[in-house]
Amino acid sequence: MDRYLRPTQLTEALAALDAGARTIIAGGTDYYPARVGKPLDEDILDVTALRGLGRIEDTGGAYRIGALITWSDILRADLPPWFDALKGAARELGGVQVQNAGTIAGNLCNASPAADGVPVLLSYDAAVELASVEGERRLPLADFITGNRATRRADNELVTGIMIPKPALPARGVFLKLGARRYLVISIVMVSVVLEEDGEGNVAAARLAVGACSEVAMRLPALEEDLVGRALSPALAAIAAPRHLSGLSPIGDIRGPAAYRRDAAVTLLRRALTELGGSP
Amino acid sequence: MSGLEREIAFTLNGKATVTAADPVRRLADVLRRDLGLTGTKIGCDAGDCGACTVLLDGAQVCACMTPVAQVAGREVVTVEGLAAGGKLSALQEAFHLHGAAQCGICTPGMLMAAASLLRRNEAPDEGEIRDALGGVLCRCTGYSKIVEAVMGVVSPGGNLLKDPGVGEAVGARVPKTDGLALLDGGAIFGADRAPEDALWLRAVRSPHASATFTLGPFDNLHAKWPGLVKVLTAADVTGNNGFGIYPDIKDQPVLAVGEVRFRGEAVVALVGDYGAVHGIRDEDVPIAYEPRVPVVGLDAALGAGARQLHQAYPGNILAHGLVKKGDAAAALAASDIVVEGAFETGFVEHAYIEPEAGWARRRGGRIEVASSTQSPYMDRDEVAQIIGIAPDAVRIIPTACGGGFGGKLDIAVQPLVALAAWVLDRPVRCTYTRIESMASTTKRHPSRIKARFGCTQDGLLTAHTFDGDFDTGAYVSWGLTVKDRVPVHSTGPYHVPAVLANARGVFTNAPPSGAFRGFGVPQASIAHEALMDGMAERIGMDPLEFRHKNVIRTGQATATGQVLEASCGLAACLDELRPHWRKARADSAAFNARANGAARRGAGIACCWYGCGNTSMSNPSTMHVGVAPDGAVTLYSGAQDIGQGTNTTMVQCVADALGIEMSGVGLVWGDTGLTADAGKSSASRQAYVSGNAAKRAGEDLRRQILRLANVGEDARIEFGSGRLIVRDGDAVREIGLSTLTPLRAGDVLVGEGTFDPPTSPLDGNGQGAPYATYGFAAQMAEVEVDMELGLVRVRRVVAAHDVGRAINPTQVEGQIQGGIAQGLGFALMEEFIPGRTENLHDYLIPTIGDMPEIEVILVEDPEPTGPWGAKGVGEHALIPTAPAIFGAIYAATGARMTRAPAMPDRVRAAILAAKEGAA
Repeated sequence: MDRYLRPTQLTEALAALDAGARTIIAGGTDYYPARVGKPLDEDILDVTALRGLGRIEDTGGAYRIGALITWSDILRADLPPWFDALKGAARELGGVQVQNAGTIAGNLCNASPAADGVPVLLSYDAAVELASVEGERRLPLADFITGNRATRRADNELVTGIMIPKPALPARGVFLKLGARRYLVISIVMVSVVLEEDGEGNVAAARLAVGACSEVAMRLPALEEDLVGRALSPALAAIAAPRHLSGLSPIGDIRGPAAYRRDAAVTLLRRALTELGGSP
Repeated sequence: MSGLEREIAFTLNGKATVTAADPVRRLADVLRRDLGLTGTKIGCDAGDCGACTVLLDGAQVCACMTPVAQVAGREVVTVEGLAAGGKLSALQEAFHLHGAAQCGICTPGMLMAAASLLRRNEAPDEGEIRDALGGVLCRCTGYSKIVEAVMGVVSPGGNLLKDPGVGEAVGARVPKTDGLALLDGGAIFGADRAPEDALWLRAVRSPHASATFTLGPFDNLHAKWPGLVKVLTAADVTGNNGFGIYPDIKDQPVLAVGEVRFRGEAVVALVGDYGAVHGIRDEDVPIAYEPRVPVVGLDAALGAGARQLHQAYPGNILAHGLVKKGDAAAALAASDIVVEGAFETGFVEHAYIEPEAGWARRRGGRIEVASSTQSPYMDRDEVAQIIGIAPDAVRIIPTACGGGFGGKLDIAVQPLVALAAWVLDRPVRCTYTRIESMASTTKRHPSRIKARFGCTQDGLLTAHTFDGDFDTGAYVSWGLTVKDRVPVHSTGPYHVPAVLANARGVFTNAPPSGAFRGFGVPQASIAHEALMDGMAERIGMDPLEFRHKNVIRTGQATATGQVLEASCGLAACLDELRPHWRKARADSAAFNARANGAARRGAGIACCWYGCGNTSMSNPSTMHVGVAPDGAVTLYSGAQDIGQGTNTTMVQCVADALGIEMSGVGLVWGDTGLTADAGKSSASRQAYVSGNAAKRAGEDLRRQILRLANVGEDARIEFGSGRLIVRDGDAVREIGLSTLTPLRAGDVLVGEGTFDPPTSPLDGNGQGAPYATYGFAAQMAEVEVDMELGLVRVRRVVAAHDVGRAINPTQVEGQIQGGIAQGLGFALMEEFIPGRTENLHDYLIPTIGDMPEIEVILVEDPEPTGPWGAKGVGEHALIPTAPAIFGAIYAATGARMTRAPAMPDRVRAAILAAKEGAA
C-alpha cells in the first residue's frame, strides 16, 4: 500500500489503519515540528480529504465537532456563550497560521501536557468519538488521554469527532492562559471554567480544569463541589484555594518551577471565577 | 526520483501548476527546491517563526507544516505572487516606504500574513494587525515599522521618504537601495541558490556536551546509501583543522578530533545527494562516543579539581581583563555612600530568522564560497588557512544576510562546504536546520557580576569596582574581546575618578560564547544601572537627575584615562527624556493610587555608552568609487549589509561626497573579488568607519574629476552616456570617458577612500584610548506588572540616542526599535539552555504582541572624525533597554531583579521576597 494515503472515504481510511499502524496527519502542526532535520519516512494517513468530518453539528443534546474542525473554524462559528472558553483557547493558540491548520481533534490526539484544548474540553465534559473497522465507540476525554503523549486510541482507530454535551442550564465559560509572551507561546498554566446558573443567581454546576500542571490536564472536583450552590458573584473567587489543587503534580521546567505553577493556577482560577461571577 | 512521488495539481500564484513530489514533503521545501520559488523562507521548519507563511485558499498557513499533498486542487499564493504586472502591491510599497524590511528574511512571511488580513478586512485596526501578524517573528525591526507599514496601506499618509537632491542624501529618509528585492522574493539569501550540480552536506553533531569518540568504518553506510559520496572527517582537512576569529588563536576544530567539548560540535559531515544526506539518521552514522561529565557553568569550571577543557588555559581561565584608574578601594572607603550588587545573566541566542547556509565551488587552485555572513574578508582568511591555500585564492561572495547580530561573524557552513568542494572538486551546499543553528553557533556570554559604586552625599560618583566572570563556552571565539570591552565600559557612561574593573573569560562545555550585539556590555549595564538607581534612592535624588549629574562630558576622562574631546551627547539625551520621565512617573503613581487589581505600574531609566570600532586595534575600511567608460558610477562596498542598511547609507555618503544624485550611484557589495576589505559589520563601526571610507572615496573621485576638468570646488558633476559633464558657473566642460584607460574593474576613473579610527593600545592597567568615538543613549521604560503572576508588560519606551548625525533617520530608528526588542527579550524571556531550548518555541524571542509603543528621539552631537558627524548606533540600541525595564519593575513592585531574564516566576518570587523583607 502507498506510504502516504489521503482517502476521501472514512471506510477507506479505517481499512488502511486496520492493515497497519500509520501516523495520522491533519493540520500537520504537531507532526512536522517533531521531525525537524529528520527523514519523513513513516506510513502516513492524511485525513484532511475525508468527507463529513469538517462540520460542527447541533445534535440537540450536544454539539459534535468534526475531527477536521480547526481552531479558526471554532473562532468563526456561531456558538453559545459558554463556548467562549474554547474560543479563548483558539485565539491564544499559536499564531493564525497554526489556528488555520491545526485541528481540535489533533490537539487531543497529540496529548501534550500543555495542549490548550484539553482543559477546555474537560470542563465541557467532552467525549471523543473513535471509529475503526470494528465499529464506533465513545470515550470521555478524561479516559481518552492517559498520559504525556499517550491516548487510548488503538492503532486501527481514528478520532472522527468530539461530542460536547449542552449544559442543562444557562452557562458561561472562560479560558485563561499564562505564557511568558504574547502569541506563539506554550502555556505555563491554563485554566478553563464553566459555570451553570440555576435561574436564581446561584451556581448550579461548576466544571473547572487546569492544564500544564500535571501530565494530563485535570478537573478539580473538590472546588467544583465547593462552588455549587453559591451565589454567582465575584466573591466566588475567594473560594478557590491552594488545597483545591492537591491533585495536581506540576513539574518544574524551563517555563517555570512547580511551586510557581501552583501559585499561578490559583490566581488564574480566582480570576476566571471573578470574571464569570461578575457580569450577567 | 523514487516511486513515492505523486502528481499534485494546484494553482500557484494564479497559474495552473502540476508537480511530482512525495506527498509528505513540506510545501515550503517543494516550492523552494522543486519550483524555484525561494521567496518563501524557512526559518525553523516547525511553525515557530512564520517566515514560510503562504496563502492557501486565501488563508495564511505555514508552508513548512503543510504536506504538499494537501494543496491539491487548491490555490497557493507566495510572495512572488503579490506583485501584479511587475508592479508592487500597495502593501509591498508601504513596506518599502516605511522601512519595514531590514534584513528581509521575515518579510515574505510578514507580507503574506498581512495580505491575508487585508483580504478579509480592508481597514484593520492596530490590534487586528498584531493578531494577524502574531505568528511571524522578526528579529531586526522591533515590529514598529511593520505595523506602521500595514497601517499605511489602510490610511496612506504622506510619503515618508523622498528622492533627495544633489548634496541632500545624507540625513534623508531614503528607502533602501536594495529594498525592492526584499519585498518580491527576489533577494538571494544563503539557502536560496547554489550551482545546479551541487552536492548537499550535513554535519553530524555531538549529542554530548563532553565526550571522546572513535569513528567508522563507514563502508556499511556507503553500501546502504549509494547517494552518499563522502563522509568528511578531521582527516580530510587539507590545511589547519582549526578556526577562530583572532589571527593567532585557531582553537575550534572544523571537525572534532577524538574529543567533543560541547553539544552540537561537528564530528563528521555527510556529503552526497539530498536524499542520502538527509535520509541518514545520526544514530546510523558509526560514531562511538564515550560521554564524560560535562563542565557546566562557572562554578563547575572554576571549582577545585575541575577538568581542564584546554591544556593551554590552566584553571579554565581564558584571560583576564583589567582597567585600573586611581585607588578605587581607598576612594570607596572615603565615599559617603557605597552601593553594591550581584547580578547574573544566561546564554542568549541571536535567533536571526535565517539559519546559516551557503555553498562552495572549486575552480582549479581557487575556491569560491557564497554564504550568509557579516565578515567577508575574515571568512576569506579563515577558509584559506583551513584549506591551506593563499587568501587571494579564496573568493567570498556574500549572499543577502538574514540577520546576524554578531552571530554570523564566526564561520559556520563556510569551512565545511569549502573543504568538501575542495576535496571532491564538486560544488557543495549546506543549510543548517534551526536546531543545528541554535545548538552549534555562538551565544551571548552568561555573566556573573559583582559591582560597587561610591558617591558623595550630594550625588557625585567617586569610585567603582567591578568583578565579572563570563562563561565563554568551549572555544575562544570572541571571548578576548568581551574581557576587554567589559572593564572599559563597566562604569557606564559616567565620570568616575577611581576605577578597578576585572573581567575573566571562563571555559565550560557549552557552545562557544561569541559576539552578540554589545560584547558583554549589555550584561555589565544591568549592574551599573541598578546601582545608579540604588545610589539615587539612598540620597533621595531623582534617578534621571542623578545620572544627569554624573554623565561623562567633553573634557572628562573615562575609566581608561581617555579624555573625550567631542560628541558627548548623553546629557542632551537625558534632557530630551526629562519631560517623558516626569510624566511617566506621575502617570504610574496615579495609576497605582487607583484600585487596579493586581496591576502596578512603574518607570525606569537607563543610560549606555559604547565605543565604536574594535578595541585598541586597527580596523580600517577601504571603499572604491569608479566611473565606467559608459558613464556609470559604481560604489564597490565591502561593508556587509546585514539588514542595518549599509547598502543604502554608503550610497548616501558617496552621492553627497561626489556631488551627484543618489540614483546615479550603482552598487557592488560584499564580494571579496570585487570590493576591498571594509572590515566586519560589527562593533557599531560601519556607519562611522566605512561611512568615512565611502565619503573619502567619493571626495577622491570628485577631486580627480575637478582636476581633470580644471574647474573650481563648487562645480557640478553630471554623467552622461560615455562622457562626463562638469559645470562651473557658466563654464561647461565635457570629458569623453571611452578614450580613458581602464584602471580597476573596467572603470576609467577610480576614487579610493580608507579610514582607520585612531586609537591607542591599553597598557597593563587598561589605560589608553581604545576607541576613537563613543555613542551614547538613554532610554526610559514604562511597565505594568501583574503582581500575582509576575508577568511584565512593557507599555512604552522612549529612547534618546546621540548618534552624532543620522545618515538615514529611518534606518537609525529601525536599529533602535529592533535593539529595544532584543533588549526586551534579554530582560524578560530569553535564556538559551543547551539541549533544552534549541528551537524557537522553547527559546522565546519577543513577538509583535510583546512590543511597546516606542518613541525614538535622535540627538545629534556631531563627532568631528565621523562622516558628517556620524557615529554608530547598532549596539547602543540594545544596551539600555534591559536595565531600564528592570528599573521600571523595581519602581512598580519594590522588587529588584538581579537575574536576567526576569521570567514571570522570577518576578513573582522577587515580589514575594520583597514583601517579606518589608514585613
